[in-house]
Amino acid sequence: MKDMDDQIPRTLPIQSATFTNPINAEIRRAAATGIYDIRGGGAKRRVPHFDDLLFLGASVSRYPLEGYRERCDTSVTLGTRFAKKPIQLDIPVTIAGMSFGALSGPAKEALGRGASAAGTSTTTGDGGMTPEERGHSSKLVYQYLPSRYGMNPNDLRKADAIEIVVGQGAKPGGGGMLLGQKISDRVAEMRTLPKGIDQRSACRHPDWTGPDDLEIKILELREITDWQVPIYIKVGATRPYYDTALAVKAGADVVVMDGMQGGTAATQDVFIEHVGIPTLSCIRPAVQALQDLGVHREVQLVISGGIRTGADVAKAMALGADAVAIGTAALVALGDNDPKWESEYQKLGTTTGAYDDWHEGLDPAGITTQDPDLAARLDPIEAGRRLRNYLKVMTLEAQTIARACGHNHLHNLEPEDLCALTMEAAAMARVPLAGTSWYPGKEGF
Amino acid sequence: MQTYDLEENGLRGLNAALQAQNAETNRTRWEVVNPKGSHAIAVGLDAPIEVTVKGSTGYYCGGMNQQATVRVEGSAGPGVAENMMSGQVIINGDASQYAGATGHGGLLVIKGNASSRCGISMKGIDIVVHGNIGHMSAFMAQAGNLVVCGDAGDALGDSLYEARLFVRGSVKSLGADCIKKEMRPEHLEILKDLLERAGSDAKPEEFKRYGSARQLYNFDVDKSAAY
Repeated sequence: MKDMDDQIPRTLPIQSATFTNPINAEIRRAAATGIYDIRGGGAKRRVPHFDDLLFLGASVSRYPLEGYRERCDTSVTLGTRFAKKPIQLDIPVTIAGMSFGALSGPAKEALGRGASAAGTSTTTGDGGMTPEERGHSSKLVYQYLPSRYGMNPNDLRKADAIEIVVGQGAKPGGGGMLLGQKISDRVAEMRTLPKGIDQRSACRHPDWTGPDDLEIKILELREITDWQVPIYIKVGATRPYYDTALAVKAGADVVVMDGMQGGTAATQDVFIEHVGIPTLSCIRPAVQALQDLGVHREVQLVISGGIRTGADVAKAMALGADAVAIGTAALVALGDNDPKWESEYQKLGTTTGAYDDWHEGLDPAGITTQDPDLAARLDPIEAGRRLRNYLKVMTLEAQTIARACGHNHLHNLEPEDLCALTMEAAAMARVPLAGTSWYPGKEGF
Repeated sequence: MQTYDLEENGLRGLNAALQAQNAETNRTRWEVVNPKGSHAIAVGLDAPIEVTVKGSTGYYCGGMNQQATVRVEGSAGPGVAENMMSGQVIINGDASQYAGATGHGGLLVIKGNASSRCGISMKGIDIVVHGNIGHMSAFMAQAGNLVVCGDAGDALGDSLYEARLFVRGSVKSLGADCIKKEMRPEHLEILKDLLERAGSDAKPEEFKRYGSARQLYNFDVDKSAAY
């Protein structure tokens, strides 16, 4: 009998598509600890993204520009609406806000060096402006956050632009938490808090609520800075049409829209993965709001969240953005998640490419840490050079695509240059499914 | 005395003129007439000058002040003296929400009552309120002193850090992690000085002190019910 049983075909083990191994592991971890998972970075789940779009390139109806010969401009001016001194950038790729505290001093310096060498801006973060950052950034955007850590009028006046942060794509509606292990003496002093405590960053501003108040807050900031510098409003992508319209109404010079792939220093995984909408889906509604109000290109739109390549830059701009901002990609360019640290990632229970416990302050690459020994691993000059190179490559890639589409400026890219590979991307980007002239929601079909 | 008619000459001209003053200026006394509830009056000042506003103000009067003394002969709208660094802002009447929000230094005196969220996220400012304060005052307050000669509303000092709170009257309720604390001699000294500088005849001994229990400084899942 036993021999016969062995010959009966057996049902293969079937893994549940609902209770996957990662899900089950998280259930077990939650059951063991009683606390949710906290991590850095942005959404890791697969969502419709720029990879789901393609450029059509020139054809009989359009002629291309000669690569390496015919000029394709990349400059952008941000803040032309009200500011006396708009920001002039050589390239439309900026560095997103990341704090000293979340990042080491050398990492912030490297961001400033790289951005300056590439002719673009970098941005402070929660915790205020450091002299090193200001000194190494030719164009520095000063974030005005709910926590107001380190906020003071002297630094405000040193800024080339002010970014009022309403939210960010990784956690729209959420504040932040810098855990105690990253609150060094200097970070604690800058934030007026005791060393070693878990520092909470508020989720909403302490002295205004709603767009009517925001308009008055912007008035105050302009009065303090003599109307010199642009004022951006950064929002996490959730209701992009209305948030953009309200930002314009409140008096923004620039709207920064951050999709769910945009990173954070530390937040609950459930927040990162389940709140907010993909970057791809927020661009067209935001542009539509600007167009409906007659201010597209007068109020500039900066898109962030998962921008990795020149193709992503070109696609965002073709959909109507004036510029993009990068955070996670910039950290990778500096050396984050580099395979050379694999043995140390494994000691931390992770692997190259997956390391996201930035809040723990143990970053082998010395970027997301306040540990002086780890931070010393990052050479800010060399890391800045890598960032500059990366920014230049992204720009060259975007130019290559723009020329192929027949444009002599990245800003001349347009939705008609694009098609979509999937129904979802077609609906979100409002460009036709490849080989068709239709996208979901388009009237007349 | 420099007199500036705000209605006639506009806000930009006022703030530009006040911000242009420095430590050597002889134009040390300014009077602003016809404020009519305008917003952002006398913001971003950075000189030892005295500015008297002859009437009530809108949002953010005296915002981010450094060195200057700003007096409001009326009531102040939301966010008066927000993020003040140094100097003084004195309100003869009442103050709306968020008075002294995120202030790093200086002294804010409110001779009437203050509304909700007075001293929210304060980072070193001293605030003396002659009357009562509203709910959620000193929320997430980090440093400095909040003195209330009257009563405090609900959830005083919720999620407090290291700011000191002194209340003479009743406290409707304390917020998460805010507790009554012993009034030691050094606290009485601080209080005496602040009351004198704020022109209050209240006695330090009449006050109770509140501060952080420091139980929420580091996240502990077993204390999550406190939020």
